[in-house]
Amino acid sequence: MTTRTLTFREAINEAIRLEMRRDPTVILMGEDVAGGATVPHLEATGEDAWGGPMGVTKGLVKEFGRKRVLDTPISESAFIGAAMGAAATGLRPIAEMMFVDFFGVCMDQIYNQGAKMRYMFGGKAQIPAVILSMIGAGLRAAGQHSGCHYSVFAHMPGLKTVVPSTPYDAKGLLISAIRDPDPVIFFHHKFLFGIRGEVPEGDYTIPLGVADIKRTGKDVTVVAIGRMVHTALEAAEKLSKDGMDLEVIDLRTLSPLDHKTVLESVKKTHRLVVVDEDNPRCSMACDIIALVCTRAFDEMDAPPRMVTAPHTPVPFSPPLEDYYVPSVEKIVSAVKSLLG
Amino acid sequence: MIEIGKENLLWIYERMRLIRTFEDQVADLFNRGTMPGFAHLYAGEEAIAVGVMAHLTDRDRITSTHRGHGHCIAKGVDVKGMMAELYGKATGSCKGRGGSMHIADIDKGMLGANGIVGAGGPLACGSALTSKVLGTDDVTVCFFGDGASEQGTIHESMNLAAIWKLPVIFVCENNLYAESTPSSYHCAVGEICARAAGYDIPGSAIDGTDVFAVYEASGEAIHRARRGEGPSLIEARAFRYYGHFMGDPQVYKTEEEFQSYKTRDPITKFRKRVLEHHLVSEFELTKIDDWAKKAIEEAVRFAEESPYPAPRECLTDVYVTYPREEAEL
Repeated sequence: MTTRTLTFREAINEAIRLEMRRDPTVILMGEDVAGGATVPHLEATGEDAWGGPMGVTKGLVKEFGRKRVLDTPISESAFIGAAMGAAATGLRPIAEMMFVDFFGVCMDQIYNQGAKMRYMFGGKAQIPAVILSMIGAGLRAAGQHSGCHYSVFAHMPGLKTVVPSTPYDAKGLLISAIRDPDPVIFFHHKFLFGIRGEVPEGDYTIPLGVADIKRTGKDVTVVAIGRMVHTALEAAEKLSKDGMDLEVIDLRTLSPLDHKTVLESVKKTHRLVVVDEDNPRCSMACDIIALVCTRAFDEMDAPPRMVTAPHTPVPFSPPLEDYYVPSVEKIVSAVKSLLG
Repeated sequence: MIEIGKENLLWIYERMRLIRTFEDQVADLFNRGTMPGFAHLYAGEEAIAVGVMAHLTDRDRITSTHRGHGHCIAKGVDVKGMMAELYGKATGSCKGRGGSMHIADIDKGMLGANGIVGAGGPLACGSALTSKVLGTDDVTVCFFGDGASEQGTIHESMNLAAIWKLPVIFVCENNLYAESTPSSYHCAVGEICARAAGYDIPGSAIDGTDVFAVYEASGEAIHRARRGEGPSLIEARAFRYYGHFMGDPQVYKTEEEFQSYKTRDPITKFRKRVLEHHLVSEFELTKIDDWAKKAIEEAVRFAEESPYPAPRECLTDVYVTYPREEAEL
């Protein structure tokens, strides 16, 4: 395997492409995943109009055709439910849901149908579906296109929830998600699409439920998710100049959750900060702190801290949105409060 | 009357009788307080499930509703497993996890009763998409009620099936009431089948208490779907003997309405028709009545003698793969 750099966007595209080549039952569906369905000059050349609203699925229709790369009407309940029904009957659909904020439209098909079918049917059904969706603030996209909300899905039994932070992880985790026999919601942060990273050619998998230590350190454990991994790493660099040594754990998968890596780290550092771009109430930040407090309370030298978005929707105006997103400064100040 | 071979006629009678006997037995068990949970009974609507399913094989699939026992039986799901499921026993079709409202048997192509009204439409589209992508001629039938015809999921699904030419047959079982609310109130158009025009698909209304009418209309729609010509909508009008759920006193119905059921009963009508035309004998039908009675008695005995699942079975089958320790934090 030779290594080259790809953007986050290209890494996701490559994961889908490789799996569609490998397995004819993998299909892709969603609004504008190709775009321009039935438009004669596009059909003639096999080109797509958009290749997804952010260009993530660009070029796939040219290779796999309209039979496996399906533009859908703006009917989220119908096509997300169709992904569940197709998964139950022999396909491995990847449904593109654009923004996590749109899930409200079709939630029944996710949490009452896809997530519960196997259980309610006594284990007879398998639902190998993937839902791809964008999360995150920072693009001035305002209240209905900027949320994270992944904790909602991690809360639901029957679903697996993945939030990668690097192109390398995105490719390996998405390949795992497509091959996984259970329904997986794969969240990608829209702020990360353009970042580049080393991504090997060919296929490789990263198992779901395994966190990654992105920086080893001995003083404070910082657990982060998605874009916040980068913010935490920046804070760690800054604090290292003051002699503070942070360990940054990227959860990568929220359900299943890698308890072991988090607990082993706090047993070493005895201090915890959780950085989560989601709203704080009933969040992953709360969940990680509950985990540490119930399993490693005696190990802790200080109360855990959480750095999260406030309990508000995402605002539009730039200074408001910048205040909303957890910043390097907020992490630095949380860490300093622990190390006194 | 359309041609249906004798073997098929006997199968149709057997399935209708088995559904009726099953449902009457369940009603009795509920009234005696033997059975836990909720049940929505199908008695009165047998001709719809059976008339449609007469055209299907195990490879074809269906999505069902909260009133799903009849669809299961017509699709060939074992009544012993079904009864055990309603009792919440380990030997149930779904190991006691689903109960009446989520009864399913994916091996028989029965993709589940559903506690969410109208939720089967998108699932049926997905199942039909599988047939289309894999290039088989299997079809999927989406059963839904008059109440569900007001759900966005059903409209979205008819549109999606139409633009993708999916092999789905939408069968609206109009039993005239969405719970206690009459369809004349909740539906803006007089005929639900008229909505087919909005999706440019064939739509027809038939007498859902006449199994021959159901057989004919659904046969046409199913063959059309198998030929790759896309979905159809059939509105089958019938009635339900029992309330929306067991315990509903049906105060929203008039006495005349109850009286009319006597002349509209799908099983009585079938018997009369086949005997008049000397297609089968009284003896053959009575033999089936006795068989159905025994089969349901046996199913009840099986269910009652079966063990409950072990409590920790609660933790299994949420996922195919998942760390065990996470199921119980």
